[in-house]
Amino acid sequence: MARRRRGVRRTSPWVYIGLTLVSLISIYPLYFVFVVATRSLDALNSPTPPWLPGGEFFNNFSKALARDDVRFWKGMINSIIVSTVVTVSVVLTSTLAGFAFAKLKFRGRNALMLTILVTMMVPTQLGLIPLWGMMQQWGLVYDIWAVILPFLTSAFGVFLMRQYTLSAVPDELIEAARVDGCSTFRIYSSVVLPAVAPGAAVLALLTFMEQWNNYLWPRAVLSPENPTLQVTLGFISYTYYTDYSLVFAALAVAILPLILAVLFFGKQIIGGIMEGAVKA
Amino acid sequence: MALTTAPPQPPQTQQPEPVRRRRALLNRLDLKVSPYLYILPFFVVFAIFGAYPMFRTLYMSFYDWDLANARFDPPVFIGLDNYVRMLDDPYYWNAMRNTFGVFLLATIPQLALALLIAAMLNRPLLRGRTFFRLAILLPNATSVTAVGIIFLTLFKDTGVINWALGLVGIGPIDWHGSGGFWSYWTAVATMVDWRWTGYNALILLAGMLAIPRDLYESAAIDGAGPWRQFWSVTFPMLRPTFLFVTIVSIVGGLQLFTEPVIYTYGYTVRGGDAREVQTLTMYMYENSMVSFNNAGYGAAISWSLFLLIIMASIGNFLLIRRTAR
Repeated sequence: MARRRRGVRRTSPWVYIGLTLVSLISIYPLYFVFVVATRSLDALNSPTPPWLPGGEFFNNFSKALARDDVRFWKGMINSIIVSTVVTVSVVLTSTLAGFAFAKLKFRGRNALMLTILVTMMVPTQLGLIPLWGMMQQWGLVYDIWAVILPFLTSAFGVFLMRQYTLSAVPDELIEAARVDGCSTFRIYSSVVLPAVAPGAAVLALLTFMEQWNNYLWPRAVLSPENPTLQVTLGFISYTYYTDYSLVFAALAVAILPLILAVLFFGKQIIGGIMEGAVKA
Repeated sequence: MALTTAPPQPPQTQQPEPVRRRRALLNRLDLKVSPYLYILPFFVVFAIFGAYPMFRTLYMSFYDWDLANARFDPPVFIGLDNYVRMLDDPYYWNAMRNTFGVFLLATIPQLALALLIAAMLNRPLLRGRTFFRLAILLPNATSVTAVGIIFLTLFKDTGVINWALGLVGIGPIDWHGSGGFWSYWTAVATMVDWRWTGYNALILLAGMLAIPRDLYESAAIDGAGPWRQFWSVTFPMLRPTFLFVTIVSIVGGLQLFTEPVIYTYGYTVRGGDAREVQTLTMYMYENSMVSFNNAGYGAAISWSLFLLIIMASIGNFLLIRRTAR
């Protein structure tokens, strides 16, 4: 081990073989979506699976759009609205609370932070039934506000931003702003927010992904007439499951935004995931 | 809100006394009150949409409750009857068995594999690390419903998985066979693992990267090979990260819903004709969100699942603390 420079060893080819295999397994099902979405239906029913994409995508996708009961664009727009509103709200409230927990002194600070950590353990399913009842009372069943309101803040977000603020904003900076006569909110908006922007961006990406992918609660409280994208996909899968080319064309369009997000912002997302874990 | 936009502190000497006093007061109020204002949104939202429903679920679990018609069919207090009913409800125990079956079948290989992948990604001279990290993150960015549909298709009779098994001489398996618990569980566990193994590997990798290098150096000087180093340095030092990963897996895995729903075509939440893969969350959903008149029973199932999650988490904590000593 120590023969090369200070215990750093050449990487064995087995590591590359192993990682390549893992990468192939990770990527193949997505490639499969792409292939099936661009082929005609009979390709999938042949005894050997199709390997190459074809040119039928627009044909297949327009079949999905032509169904009156498949509200594809409606679901897409709703998903964009829901994920965006929730993301903006989570980022604002989490950076604000994270700043308070990291840099401000107040009574009960540690106890309250601990409470927030404990709330991360409360599973979503536990409040599902009364939550539905509340939404019914407020007339919000089948309304996208029902899938926005419960997620406007996030315990994980507060925790992540607290950790990030601790490491990214030196105390001297805040004291200097105070000496200059800044109010607390002014310190947040002009000193803290710019400094924690990279962490906030990661939180935004993770929140957006999580909301985009939610299924249990949207399925319970929305309907295929006014769905999120995931509700639409669930609906397509049980209504048109025999027509794979239709289903997979819709699927391809539905998963594309997040695949692109990972390709463009992957490094940041990975950084955020790894950051959140080590500091936990 | 006025407190949070308090004007800048003036230079001490030029202000008349009352103005200075008022500013000083505002300033003190700002320091004392604004922290609470900043954390207030979280607690308000959590109180309304987290804490209240959670206890409301407990309350409902002591009632015979019709969720959709509570006004015309008022809830009746029945004490512990919902919990007693659970004890000899075969569907409940079936859901319990499925939940734990799929959970174990998914989680054990997943953690082993995630550890292995993280160890491979942790080689200091690895080339193409960004590519590998991105590749294993992609499944996690794919929505669960999409994963369900994809694997439903890969696992069909003439699907890619049976084709690949055929190449190594294993005859076609009926992954949707009636009463075939194992085939259903395997298929659903595969989906879970495809989506989460890479993510967990990244978290474990983060934990590994935080281990000081000189620990390995001194282990190497003491003559420890890679295998020995893994068990004597990496694994014990990884304990907190491993704990985090396992607890997240327990909380998420025992609440499994979307994968088995989509895998069984998702129109009902029964999880197959013979309920081969109906989980506890699905059974709760069936009782309260499909047939609304069993909401009290659904609430009791909810709480039983919550208690199971807590017990499993504590058990896991004790187990990891012991093994890593």
